[in-house]
Amino acid sequence: MDIHEYQAKNILAGYGVKIAEGGLAYSPEQATQRARDIGGNVWAVKAQIHSGARGKAGAIKICKTPDEVFSAADGLLGKTIVTHQTGPQGKVCSRLYIEAGTDIVRELYLSFLIDREYERIVMIGSSEGGMDIEEMAESNPEAIIKIYIEPAIGLQDFQARAMAFSLGLPASMLSQAVKVIEGCYRALRDTDANMLEVNPLVINGHDELIALDAKMDFDDNALFRRQNISELRDKSQEDEREMAAADRGLSYVGLDGDIGCMINGAGLAMATMDMIKLAGGEPANFLDVGGGASPERTEKAFRLVLADDNVKVMLVNIFAGINRCDWIAEGVVKAVKNIELTMPLIVRLSGTNVDEGREIISKSGLPIIMAETLADAAEKAVAARNDVIAKGQGE
Amino acid sequence: MAILINERTPIVIQGFTGKIGTFHAQDMINYGSNIVAGITPGKGGVQHLGRPVFNTVKESVEQLGAEASIIFVPPAFAADSIMEAAEAGIKYCVAITDGIPTQDMMKVKNYLKNFPEDRRMVLTGPNCAGTISPGRAMLGIMPGHIYMPGDVGVVGRSGTLGYEAADQMKALGIGISTSVGIGGDPINGSSHRKILEKFEQDPETKVVLMIGEIGGPQEIEAGFFAKEQMSKPVVAYIAGLTAPKGRRMGHAGAIISSTGESASEKVEQLLDMGVTISPTPSAMGETVAKVLASL
Repeated sequence: MDIHEYQAKNILAGYGVKIAEGGLAYSPEQATQRARDIGGNVWAVKAQIHSGARGKAGAIKICKTPDEVFSAADGLLGKTIVTHQTGPQGKVCSRLYIEAGTDIVRELYLSFLIDREYERIVMIGSSEGGMDIEEMAESNPEAIIKIYIEPAIGLQDFQARAMAFSLGLPASMLSQAVKVIEGCYRALRDTDANMLEVNPLVINGHDELIALDAKMDFDDNALFRRQNISELRDKSQEDEREMAAADRGLSYVGLDGDIGCMINGAGLAMATMDMIKLAGGEPANFLDVGGGASPERTEKAFRLVLADDNVKVMLVNIFAGINRCDWIAEGVVKAVKNIELTMPLIVRLSGTNVDEGREIISKSGLPIIMAETLADAAEKAVAARNDVIAKGQGE
Repeated sequence: MAILINERTPIVIQGFTGKIGTFHAQDMINYGSNIVAGITPGKGGVQHLGRPVFNTVKESVEQLGAEASIIFVPPAFAADSIMEAAEAGIKYCVAITDGIPTQDMMKVKNYLKNFPEDRRMVLTGPNCAGTISPGRAMLGIMPGHIYMPGDVGVVGRSGTLGYEAADQMKALGIGISTSVGIGGDPINGSSHRKILEKFEQDPETKVVLMIGEIGGPQEIEAGFFAKEQMSKPVVAYIAGLTAPKGRRMGHAGAIISSTGESASEKVEQLLDMGVTISPTPSAMGETVAKVLASL
């Protein structure tokens, strides 16, 4: 789960990390008032969307007068912002963070994340902040410092000092730097975050370290024990269909194609999508219905896939393990009848009681196309899709 | 031979008396697995499915010589159960539980490293379908009847895609020595490589099929091992050719988060390491058949 910049900064502030003074605004009037309350003569108006790279997308405006704050806010609120991380559909900005301008002397990079290879938290730093870490990894890999943290004893002072020196901080700022670095680490550990990125971490004119931007991503599997974090969820930033799926206990990812998919198991779902692509089609979605594909669940999954207007045909691929094919076939037949499905439906069943399952489908009288194997299913789905397109053009 | 489990391995079930534990315990008993007891803290002393229930794993090891365990404990308590098994002297543990927090798994892995290697429990999963040595023992939630005994070792992250492979092989008359699910989580008990090591040692296994997916470094690490230290051929299929970057595809660990983690990049590197690639998921069986025929 992602959160907004201002939420991440709030968390960090609670761990002793300095942030610039700022506040939320939902309207240009509020934004101007915030700027006046903060005082000074430079403000940053920052769109709060779940994405990095906002600066390049024009979603962060530096303003010198309250009037400029007003027009910047007016321009950003309600707007769909497209960054290279949001995808072409972008994300809608419905809140702004108004922040006091910071006199930046130097920009640094600091992040913490779980390294899958080392199975530890790794602290990553660079004396060149502000840039995308992936770009940096390509252009200047030597500038990136990595320090691995032993899980049982946690981040040690000497490691924080090593990072501070590697970032090129002067001795006079050492104890401040150690406090910031250790604060970030504790914030990540205490909240079950997968990732915490402060980019840039800046040094201002008073030799203070300020978290100018902050990003946190949390382990969904740990939200049950992090009530204060799960309350930060902003559903307006998440894909509607993916959220609807999650609420129904289904795992769904929307894609750009037109062949709707319903599959049990994440690996088989990915494999089926691959087969569709190899057969010349494009999947409309990833959907794992999980182990217990009951009739109710099957119907919910169908409705979810069909909510995507691009879907031209539907493909169901179920490998019944603990479930039985006959039971799943009944669910599919029931769902098709309830939904009054009119588009071509390709069903491939395999595993326990496969013959009984196929018989239920063929006896149902429904125009369901049966497939024997994975390849057969994908080819039939693509052929049916091409028929639909051809008919559409003929009319 | 097979690896990890056989018909004699004494097995205990952690989370035995719950609904899911009971269902799968019965299935494993029916398959012929040597289930000797179950563990449910607070219910020690009763009988369940004709087996004794213990309060602790330690008691089952001391009194019945339990060697393997399988975990059906809910996510919030699963890490604790894994560590209890390791401490009690269990040699091999399968964690079925889906949804264990990543930092809990980090703690578990660190805890396991405290044991000297000869006394360190082998863990597979979490978030997996388990392990089966066809015709001998099943320690998992898979449909046992689709697996035919034979000489191909299978290791994979996904449950149903593993079933798909077993089914394709059975249709071609190819059997399996052992099939191991390592699970779909970002941090798991055993990597592909760890399982390849065991198949390399197993005289019964002639070829290994590795079923990987997008995300993480484990398939490539396994490829290096296959190239440098294995005498047996390895066949691989990597799922997720069409998966977009930065999106989680069902499994918590199935996400392309840096270079080298996409399916096409993994395939390219594995080809360089001499691994035979099954170009499509429907060709897993025939690719294995070809490699077997060339031996």
